Amino acid sequence: MIKASTTSPREWKKPQISPFAGLVLGLVILLICLVYSVTLGAAEIPLEEILASFVTFDGSYQHLVIQTVRLPRSLIAILVGSALAVSGALMQGLTRNPLAEPGILGIQSGAALAVVATIFIFGSSSLSILTIVAFLGAGATAMLVYFLGSLGKGGPTPLNLTVAGAALTALISSLTTAILIVSQRTLEEIRFWLAGSLAGRDINMFLQALPFVALGLVVAFALGRQITTMSLGEDIAKGLGQQTAWVKIIAAISVVLLAGSSVSIAGPIGFIGLVVPHIVRFFIFADYRWILPYSAVVGAILLLVADVAARILLKPQELPVGVMTALVGAPFFVYLAKSKVKK
Amino acid sequence: MKLDWLVIRSEAISFRIDRRVPLMLLCLAVVIIVAMVMNVGQGEYPISPLDIVKTVLNLDTGNPDHAFVIHNLRLPRTLVAFMVGVAFAISGTIFQGLTRNPLADPGIIGINAGASLAAVTVIVLFPSAPIYTLPVSAFAGAMLMAVLIYSLAWNNGSSPILLILMGIGLSAIASAFTSLMITFGDINDVSNALVWLAGSVYGRTWEQVFTFLPWLIVFVPMALTLARHLNALNLGDDVAKGLGTRVEWERGLLVLVGVALAGAGVATAGMIGFVGLIAPHLGRQLVGTNHEGLIPTSALLGGVIVIVADLLGRTLFAPIELPCGVVTAAIGAPYFLFLLIRNRKK
Repeated sequence: MIKASTTSPREWKKPQISPFAGLVLGLVILLICLVYSVTLGAAEIPLEEILASFVTFDGSYQHLVIQTVRLPRSLIAILVGSALAVSGALMQGLTRNPLAEPGILGIQSGAALAVVATIFIFGSSSLSILTIVAFLGAGATAMLVYFLGSLGKGGPTPLNLTVAGAALTALISSLTTAILIVSQRTLEEIRFWLAGSLAGRDINMFLQALPFVALGLVVAFALGRQITTMSLGEDIAKGLGQQTAWVKIIAAISVVLLAGSSVSIAGPIGFIGLVVPHIVRFFIFADYRWILPYSAVVGAILLLVADVAARILLKPQELPVGVMTALVGAPFFVYLAKSKVKK
Repeated sequence: MKLDWLVIRSEAISFRIDRRVPLMLLCLAVVIIVAMVMNVGQGEYPISPLDIVKTVLNLDTGNPDHAFVIHNLRLPRTLVAFMVGVAFAISGTIFQGLTRNPLADPGIIGINAGASLAAVTVIVLFPSAPIYTLPVSAFAGAMLMAVLIYSLAWNNGSSPILLILMGIGLSAIASAFTSLMITFGDINDVSNALVWLAGSVYGRTWEQVFTFLPWLIVFVPMALTLARHLNALNLGDDVAKGLGTRVEWERGLLVLVGVALAGAGVATAGMIGFVGLIAPHLGRQLVGTNHEGLIPTSALLGGVIVIVADLLGRTLFAPIELPCGVVTAAIGAPYFLFLLIRNRKK
């Protein structure tokens, strides 16, 4: 067994390009997807028009559609996709739970309840208020799920956390539904958002959420090394001299920033946070310094593609993108549960 | 060894139940009647218990409004609450017995999600469909879901943990399709569908009572006669075979009964969660684990739970009505977590 250690499975599975080059490649793919997502939709717009709308904006219908509808929407897809994927990767690394994800663990439902309750009580509110409220809801739920999950036998095991999240989600969604039943006005205002959608968002929403997401991403990327250590298990991390409590708190703040702001602009979009880190880990092993930025890029690409699919599958009708991600992601969850969870 | 069993044997059927059962059922019946009377009496237009009893017995109370309010509005609603409570409780008892998993509940293992997807689809796509198609389609959706979950959770025998996880995953898929319906439907249909999704007996009429009744008449006796086999299956397949149970056949029948009751219940009153979880647990506290006594006990308990939840939902924030599914979830979810934590400690 001594020899085996020199050629661990990691050696021969390693991709042939350096992680940095891969990241650049990912960004190029993202850019191509971005351009395509602007051209595709209810009306096809040729590529040269997109360029022209930036260089020589003439106020024509096509240019207006690009600048006020398509581009903001695509940018928000990128923002939300990367936020969800990175928060999922952080959660999976911290809890060592292959099923961890802001949707499954109930964090999104908590943020959604906070948003719905605010609209119900105070009427339409500005996005910045809703974002703050979503943070509070996400943070409170995250703490509650973690607390409840760690009461079970063996502490916060994947199974305990998942089941606690599911039960809490049932409770929270029933409260959300109660509010929507009581107030048809709130329902009318929010029903498309509740299914998880990127439609009808303007550039201001993107700009308002950008600082929060950027902060969350920067904090997450800075924690890469610590998360890698944590993913070996808390005891090992402590043995290596890591301040695990601090790492947990800072990472949790980042998760709440990312998950909360993505819910506030796009509603609860599930499964991106679950699937992306697994895809990334397939190529890059246990090093979260690379897993986190890769997750950001891959998450952005996936949500962009899902949104384009949601727009053009049933033209002229549009699907909520949350439905698309659930249809792709839930079977993946089933597969993971079957293969990775010990009986 | 005290003789604490009642044994009834005849040519066709034999029953062996805990001595506590008849008394318990009697007590529960009294509780149910009291709860029903309270539920009928409460509301915008309070009616005294005496007047209610008189009206139901068709005696004149000297107030013509009473007959209308009770017969047309409140009585059918209360009866529906009781009936779906019975259905969900029996379904939950069967699934907990079959999976030997105290956390199994048709809501948690995703069967309700399948049923509600089928029913919402019918409501939104075919608003003019006759009412009796709802339980049938919900049953089909629930059955499909049950088969899927069961086959996915199969891992050299069905693993209780996997059952729950598969239920969570498949529920997510079903809910995605349900949101799809909610997004595209006409706002009024959607509003109705939502009330119904949350689990509510609001505005239920005799029509619903009589649509649902045949399902109870067929499947409740089936559940009672199959209770013996549920006891045997609960000991594990090998023991059950040794006791002369045709394992796969009886299990199939039990799943059919559990799914039918859950599906019809969802079609009638939507997703009233956690009733199927709580009722069997309370029942076991009262009469022990023998299913022949447990099934009727938890059935009546389920009835009480839904009637009381409906009463609370109507009175807590009056004049706003909370669907009783919200009330059961608010009570049931913490209880579920408590069970989860207690189970892990064993």
